[in-house]
Amino acid sequence: MIDKFKSRKRTEKIFRAACFGLTFFSVLILVVLLFHITMTGHKYLSWEFLTNWPSRFPHKAGIKAGIWGTIWLISITACISIPIGVLSALFLEEYKIRGKLGKVIEINVANLAGVPSIVYGLLGLTIFVRYCGFDRSLLSGAMTLSLLIMPVIIVSSREAIKAVPDAIRFGAYALGASKYQVVFGHVLPIALPGILTGVILALSRAIGETAPLIIIGALTYISYTPESVMDEFTVLPLQIYNWASRPNEEFHYLAAGGIIVLLAVMMSMNFIAVMIRQRASKKVKL
Amino acid sequence: MTKKVKIIEFLVRGALGICALVTLITTIGIVLVLGSETIPFFEEVSITDFLFGTRWTPLLEPKSFGVLPLVSGTGMIMLGSAFIALPVGITTAVYLSEFSSLKMRAVIKPVLEVLAGIPTIVYGYFALTFITPILKIIFPQTEVFNAASGAIVVGIMVLPMVASLCDDAFQSVPKALKEGGYALGATSFEVIGQVIIPHSASRILAAFILALSRAIGETMAVTLASGANAQFTFSPLQSIQTMTAYIVQVSLGDTPQGGIEYKTCFAVGSLLFLITLTMNVVGQSILFRYRRSSK
Amino acid sequence: MNQETVMTCRNVNIFYGEKQAVFDVNLDILKNKVTAIIGPSGCGKSTLLRSLNRMNDFVPSFSMNGEINFDGRDVLKSDPMEVRTRIGMVFQKPNPFPKSIYNNIIWGPKIHGHKVNYDELVESSLRSAALWDEVKDRLHDSALDLSGGQQQRLCIARTVAMKPEVILMDEPCSALDPRSTIRIEDLINDLREEYSIAIVTHNMQQAARVSDYTAFFYEGELIEYGVTDGIFTNPKEKRTEDYITGRFG
Repeated sequence: MIDKFKSRKRTEKIFRAACFGLTFFSVLILVVLLFHITMTGHKYLSWEFLTNWPSRFPHKAGIKAGIWGTIWLISITACISIPIGVLSALFLEEYKIRGKLGKVIEINVANLAGVPSIVYGLLGLTIFVRYCGFDRSLLSGAMTLSLLIMPVIIVSSREAIKAVPDAIRFGAYALGASKYQVVFGHVLPIALPGILTGVILALSRAIGETAPLIIIGALTYISYTPESVMDEFTVLPLQIYNWASRPNEEFHYLAAGGIIVLLAVMMSMNFIAVMIRQRASKKVKL
Repeated sequence: MTKKVKIIEFLVRGALGICALVTLITTIGIVLVLGSETIPFFEEVSITDFLFGTRWTPLLEPKSFGVLPLVSGTGMIMLGSAFIALPVGITTAVYLSEFSSLKMRAVIKPVLEVLAGIPTIVYGYFALTFITPILKIIFPQTEVFNAASGAIVVGIMVLPMVASLCDDAFQSVPKALKEGGYALGATSFEVIGQVIIPHSASRILAAFILALSRAIGETMAVTLASGANAQFTFSPLQSIQTMTAYIVQVSLGDTPQGGIEYKTCFAVGSLLFLITLTMNVVGQSILFRYRRSSK
Repeated sequence: MNQETVMTCRNVNIFYGEKQAVFDVNLDILKNKVTAIIGPSGCGKSTLLRSLNRMNDFVPSFSMNGEINFDGRDVLKSDPMEVRTRIGMVFQKPNPFPKSIYNNIIWGPKIHGHKVNYDELVESSLRSAALWDEVKDRLHDSALDLSGGQQQRLCIARTVAMKPEVILMDEPCSALDPRSTIRIEDLINDLREEYSIAIVTHNMQQAARVSDYTAFFYEGELIEYGVTDGIFTNPKEKRTEDYITGRFG
């Protein structure tokens, strides 16, 4: 009896230690990853690195084209995906359509979120690049990325909309408001911080996307900044990929420099998203 | 007033409805696009040759279109990543939901979110320049591009997904059930193993399926770390090629539209789409059923 | 009871899916009177009240038959938005919009395009909800900064600003402390001069204090209806007597 008790206790101890250890594996990995990248990339971080065009010579190469391409691409993507995504979420959540169509759309969104990004690339290549004739332009890239992050925006916006208390809706209806007046007068403004958080996180995911842009034929060697949505472009992750896939080690350091910039942008976006979420959580609790 | 309001209401409803249809059109678009190039592909290559052939050399003469090397490459990445993501993911979830203080939770959760948000290209770089050199020290025969390195980073990448889905599952186990276990003098190891995990088994399964489907669709990390050498092998230290990496390889080259090489992309894409779709539908339907029954 | 009625329910049956919640109810809401609807919880009193201005439309399994007459028309066949503009409602828990006090009041008139002086409307509405003196210096502060009782009076002011003919109140004091409750009850007393009020309450003393007429509901049926004094001092039905003397409920 006593022995049994002892051995159970020992198992419990080992188990706890294992859980703790394996959980910290994630923290360890993150630290090692960030450390490794900083160590290899920091020596190329300089003003010249940010303002130079790509080059065959590592010490002359920079990410100006990538930065401008990324800014353009994400801005256009935001303009396309945010309105459509948020309005879809409002439709699904507020104008609940009973019956089949509503359910089909709901299941469809969940499954679209799991489609590999490269498949979106094949879609964009066929529809936007070839069929619509937008070629390898920013517009093709932005539309492809929009389709890619739309499910993410819809899912997170729906969560934010769902969190708006029904009491607010009923209060407005009891004043004789019509549905759109309730939705756009109350539900959307209250849900906005939550929606914004989701949107920023989705866009920060889009910034890191590489595969679909390779498929639609975005270039890696570009020495100009885009001036219209029909221009060809490159983005930061493509530049990184290009450098990382070269055998010359010097280019690997360059890639790490690019990664530092990319991660810095993404983390500041995530930080903003978290701030919005925290500020909003203090308001509206009925 | 009501007439004007009614017209606006009608227009708003219509506009929102059209937006919601975009997602539906996307799905139809994917199916049509993949189908429109895959069907002509199968007019030139027989389905059995494609599915069961063990030589994949569509870009070299003599051309051969057996997809199994790509499937085995993808499978190795999937299994390897499962080897990391599943045990670590589930123990992380156990720790988060049963042992951790709120303070620790506030540290671990953001770390997982950051890990999930890091672009896959960064993981690819990490695999190539950090993990592969380490593997080389341990196993000198390791090639520059190898399956293991890619599998390890893909495992790290999908780990947060396993952890958060399992955490959700554990959180939803009724408190009364857990307390019933503890009240009988059980250790937390026993409560977790015999009460909590069996109770959330189907949701854990769903988490595994969804995470592995993500691993299968992973592209840039395996392209960078695991190479472009389509061979039918199960040796983790050799260079391989996944389905996704093949599509990237073709896209980087100058492949004329309409040629057989171009069509292979879509055939491989279709296969990838079907596999991941099946897994997602299975995983989602488990979660969906659970969500409904818990109401 | 030769009073003027504003609303009449005739043979109203209400269902949630298969389950019937209200059975064949006939009830009059009288003009410029306060009608209290009392009964144990789950007796269908709130359900009936929410049907009077079509707030039950939002319950998916809800269905009803019978007739609810308001101003010569059947509420069930009218436009719900119009019904709700003319029959206002105050809810169990205060539900101010997360906007300023001022904007809470004018939101309703604004969406209906009422052409009025908003400043005057805000003042008069807040005055009739006995809130003006407390908030006149901070009309543009968030309504969420008010106390629970103030929020509920703001919701009443918001309803009054629409100039409805009937005000429905669904246990308006159940989330409030005793002092706030008294203030709302005083307010109801004043409001009866201009409005017809129907109030659901589980608090019998409250019904006795504020209402002119009382309807007692039990298990979905209207058991007894009459002048409040009569119901409380001399109930005709055994079940009414049992309930008001506290034998159940």
